Amino acid sequence: MESFQLTANKLKEEYKNNKIKPQDTVRALFKHIDEVEPKVKAFAHLDQNEIANNVGANGRSPLQLSGIPVAIKDNICVKDQLTTCASKILAGFKPPYDATVIEKLKNAGAILFGKTNMDEFAFGSSCENSCYYPTRNPWDTSRIPGGSSGGSAAAVAADETIMALGSDTGGSIRQPAGLCGVVGLKPTYGRVSRYGLIAFASSLDQIGPITKDVSDSALLMNVISGHDERDTTSADVAVPDYTKSLVKDVKGLKIGVPKEYFVEGIDPEVKTAIEKSIKVLTGLGAKCEEVSLPHTEYAVSVYYIVATAEASSNLGRFDGIRYGYRADENKSMISMVAATRGEGFGQEAKRRIILGTFALSSGYYDAYYLKAQKVRTLIKNDFDQAFRKFDCIITPTSPTAAFKIGEKVSDPLSMYLSDIFTISVNLAGIPAMSVPCGFTKNNLPIGMQIMAKPFDEETIFRVAFTYEQNTQWHLQKPKL
Amino acid sequence: MKFDKTTVEYASKLARMKLSDEEMAHLSSQLADVLKYIEKLNKVDTSKVEPTSHVLPIKNVFREDKVKKSLDAGDALKNAPGKEGAFFKVPRIIE
Repeated sequence: MESFQLTANKLKEEYKNNKIKPQDTVRALFKHIDEVEPKVKAFAHLDQNEIANNVGANGRSPLQLSGIPVAIKDNICVKDQLTTCASKILAGFKPPYDATVIEKLKNAGAILFGKTNMDEFAFGSSCENSCYYPTRNPWDTSRIPGGSSGGSAAAVAADETIMALGSDTGGSIRQPAGLCGVVGLKPTYGRVSRYGLIAFASSLDQIGPITKDVSDSALLMNVISGHDERDTTSADVAVPDYTKSLVKDVKGLKIGVPKEYFVEGIDPEVKTAIEKSIKVLTGLGAKCEEVSLPHTEYAVSVYYIVATAEASSNLGRFDGIRYGYRADENKSMISMVAATRGEGFGQEAKRRIILGTFALSSGYYDAYYLKAQKVRTLIKNDFDQAFRKFDCIITPTSPTAAFKIGEKVSDPLSMYLSDIFTISVNLAGIPAMSVPCGFTKNNLPIGMQIMAKPFDEETIFRVAFTYEQNTQWHLQKPKL
Repeated sequence: MKFDKTTVEYASKLARMKLSDEEMAHLSSQLADVLKYIEKLNKVDTSKVEPTSHVLPIKNVFREDKVKKSLDAGDALKNAPGKEGAFFKVPRIIE
């Protein structure tokens, strides 16, 4: 295997044994990127010279990510590097500070490896809403990679980086990870600092790792997790060493399988793959039972009120005054702001700003926003109840494998419904991971979602690691 | 509830976001569909349910009243499309 195809853990071993140096990895990655990136388009910004000039670490330092390339989603601030959320309204924006996760990566010796493409402001499930270009699925370049962290997932799947960071508001790490056949974790709300993550929906957003396997996910989580006083919603809860949860043991573990996730609209191939995967785990001693999450059918509705309401407020800051794009309109400040926003935001951003503003507007607040917040409570209660009996819950990550580029762009509702299995997790604030669990007849990856109670990422790692060690799916590579 | 072009126009004013006639027509028909779907929430009895705004028990976070290093004016202005001296520059505010 070539160095650019290795996992971070394997690469660390190679560095330690002096087999290769970080410079070699970076050089091999660039060569590979030159070949495949024109087909995949995973990156929004990648300055090869700057990266090459900054590969300082010798790889043999004891730092956790010494010499490991990590690609960063374009909505996470990296000091003096373009950070645009794939939006025209942030054209040219170079943050004057690092996000907390970026500081942590730098302190751990990681090589910051470019900014990955995404749906504008993380609004989307297909990576088609980028102001640059759509990213393509490495398994079939006529298909979407998922979104919104589609660039990060595609880059990891196509071996264009060793690891990546994404962000997840309604499935934006797990869904693209599932559709690209890689591992994506949305941590518990508050586990990872949001400082420097350009906000979409503040009560739902979390940064998390997208990696080639479960062990790399644990490694990256060890680096990025923890309380941060600069994010007042970050949780002051001790962070365990996640690599200690990488044990092959699910004996006696209680798995709940929610019946509401196996209804109409789910692709029979996806259903079969999940059923087989659960059999792998029960074969290893786990116990599996049906569970009910009765308010599941309301999750998409709640989400598209809560998330758009928060987004309409968060995106108020893009006004052409302090950063980014400004329209050529000088009549008054208000007309300049309105023109800037009208010209700077893409269609999906406009759709969500209008919907969110409407839901918060006088006369509709109680009927939509407050109602949605109340049903959110019921969705959260469903999970609280389920986790009294079960250690984890297993579902498909998405109802289907990757769809074709252009297939859903003109029908927002059908696009929104593709997140139907991932959204509840954000509303309830719990952690969940997507792991590769099979392929369709057309050779498209299928993802299995493992959920656990708040701050119990350890159970997810244990289940996912055990499953991975007993299957081969994560070792498959797309042919590009 | 009727969601039409007038609703979109009103929301776009509140959001300070200029939309073309075409965009307003397009958004109103798409969002009317989305809202129709969302209205299924009305089937749920929430008369005895408290709203959730945050999943974690969020409380006020205080810190010592000590001056810390913060962004200097030059860095804060670096990305501004219009600036003059140590200020952001905007078109006139009073019409």
